[in-house]
Amino acid sequence: MTQAAAVSITGLSKRFERGDVLALDRIDLDVQPGEFVSLIGPSGCGKSTLLRIIGDLIRPTDGDVLVNGKSAHQARLDRDYGIVFQDAVLYDWRTVAKNIALPLEMAGWGRRRRESRVQEMLDLVELSGFQKHHPWQLSGGMQQRVSIARALSFSPPLLLMDEPFGALDEMTRERMNNELLRIWQETLSTVVFVTHSIAESVFLSTRVAVMSARPGRIAGIVAIDLPQPRGPDTREHPHFAELITQVRRLLRKGHALDAPEEDETPLYVAEEGL
Amino acid sequence: MSSAAAARPLVDSRREAQLSALKSGALSLLVLIVLCSLWEAYKWFGERVELTRPFPVNDRTMPHIHDMVGQLFEPSRRNGPLLIDVLLDAAAFTAKEAAAGFLLGAVVGFAIAVVLSESRLLQRGFLPYIVASQTIPILAIAPMVVVWVNPKLPEPLEGWGAVSVIAAYLTFFPVTINTLRGLQSADPRALELMRSYAASRWRILWKLRIPASFPYLFTALKIAAPASVVGAIIGELPSSIQGGLAGAILNFNQYYITSPESLWATNIIAAGLGILFFAVVAIAERLLVRRAPEHVA
Repeated sequence: MTQAAAVSITGLSKRFERGDVLALDRIDLDVQPGEFVSLIGPSGCGKSTLLRIIGDLIRPTDGDVLVNGKSAHQARLDRDYGIVFQDAVLYDWRTVAKNIALPLEMAGWGRRRRESRVQEMLDLVELSGFQKHHPWQLSGGMQQRVSIARALSFSPPLLLMDEPFGALDEMTRERMNNELLRIWQETLSTVVFVTHSIAESVFLSTRVAVMSARPGRIAGIVAIDLPQPRGPDTREHPHFAELITQVRRLLRKGHALDAPEEDETPLYVAEEGL
Repeated sequence: MSSAAAARPLVDSRREAQLSALKSGALSLLVLIVLCSLWEAYKWFGERVELTRPFPVNDRTMPHIHDMVGQLFEPSRRNGPLLIDVLLDAAAFTAKEAAAGFLLGAVVGFAIAVVLSESRLLQRGFLPYIVASQTIPILAIAPMVVVWVNPKLPEPLEGWGAVSVIAAYLTFFPVTINTLRGLQSADPRALELMRSYAASRWRILWKLRIPASFPYLFTALKIAAPASVVGAIIGELPSSIQGGLAGAILNFNQYYITSPESLWATNIIAAGLGILFFAVVAIAERLLVRRAPEHVA
């Protein structure tokens, strides 16, 4: 391997002192540059915790995390990733433009450079004309696009997303999924994406890491070999339903690592997440 | 969502804001009229049935509203200036002390809150004494403040600087307590966001914690502003300052039997000063704090 993995996790465990809960148990996961990897699992499986450990917002109890070949701590100090939460977490007292510029101010960009980058980002998330609005004047979907623009404004090589569309209605969510894929392709970034929607994970990802709960483990990884670039037609691709079933089986079995064998059994696609 | 083309106009238009200000003004006026009517109705009723409890009702215990207001436009003493001119002069003097005290108290109170919010240790150590400071009656410490502060004051503050310190003593407390709460009110994910930018403690304070504390700060300032007027009036008593509202109150206290309207008129002016202080802070809040309309009081 000539290029360092975007994320490299080996033997990672996390035990929360309070309640003595083993949240994550010996996680191994590599994410290559340019990949779009989803973490999916039942609530309480530690997927958000894993994301925060990658971002050095939580310290692991055991194991190693490398981001772009550096320690997660160093990567955070180098501002190697942008993060998007379930809620947009915008600052009420700042306009849309000022919200997007926040990380640029932190990185010490000059005003001119900030303004032109903010304009680019507004174009990217299709919010030109809204720069002077305040967050509360926008719909939930628009707020989340501001939050994505903010995370991408300083061109981090890695984008961490924690159920970013979980609070949106299904139609907005699908539209945001399409936009996210377009942005991913335009910016050539690496994405680690936490979700609890099976359809969303299959539609977006190059690989889906399925997690089991208590303790959180990686139950299996499903490679999503649907053709790129993806769009509304992808959901109707014959292979789409099959992949959803694979992820679903892994989720149900929790620990099973031999899921591909089950491709032979009759397919069914439940309504959940579709 | 082809939003690029259709940026909608900003929601809170200026016209709408003016209209709602007009409405709340009219409402306040209505309440004032109702309260005055209740006063006069009780007075009429009490005099008619000769109420003795809780107190006998007559022109001394409950002067007519129009007499109180009318008193303002009578000479304050024989051949003297009108009472309203005397009181407005006194109010201006007290306002100067209260404003200086308010600013001093707000700055000191805010600074204390910032320091305490940055150190749990200091907070745990000092907070009990900050609370204790407010249990000491202001009248008990006022003489000491006068003795300590006054001799050292430079020319422009001479005579009344100590009063501002006393007003500040009442002001700083709500500012400290509320700001402390506000500084700790930032969304935990907003803090994570700042950490993801490798933001220093100072940057987090400046860019996140302080702006997030503003709604709390202004709530405190709205409490503190009228309190600083009260603080200034009380501070004038042991400083033997005659030019302020305290002097007028003491003076008219002595003449209450013969002319109760004068003291009532003085109270009206003092209350007006408190309301003015409150209004200035409320307007500043409108101008400075941008937040979601549903949070606006």
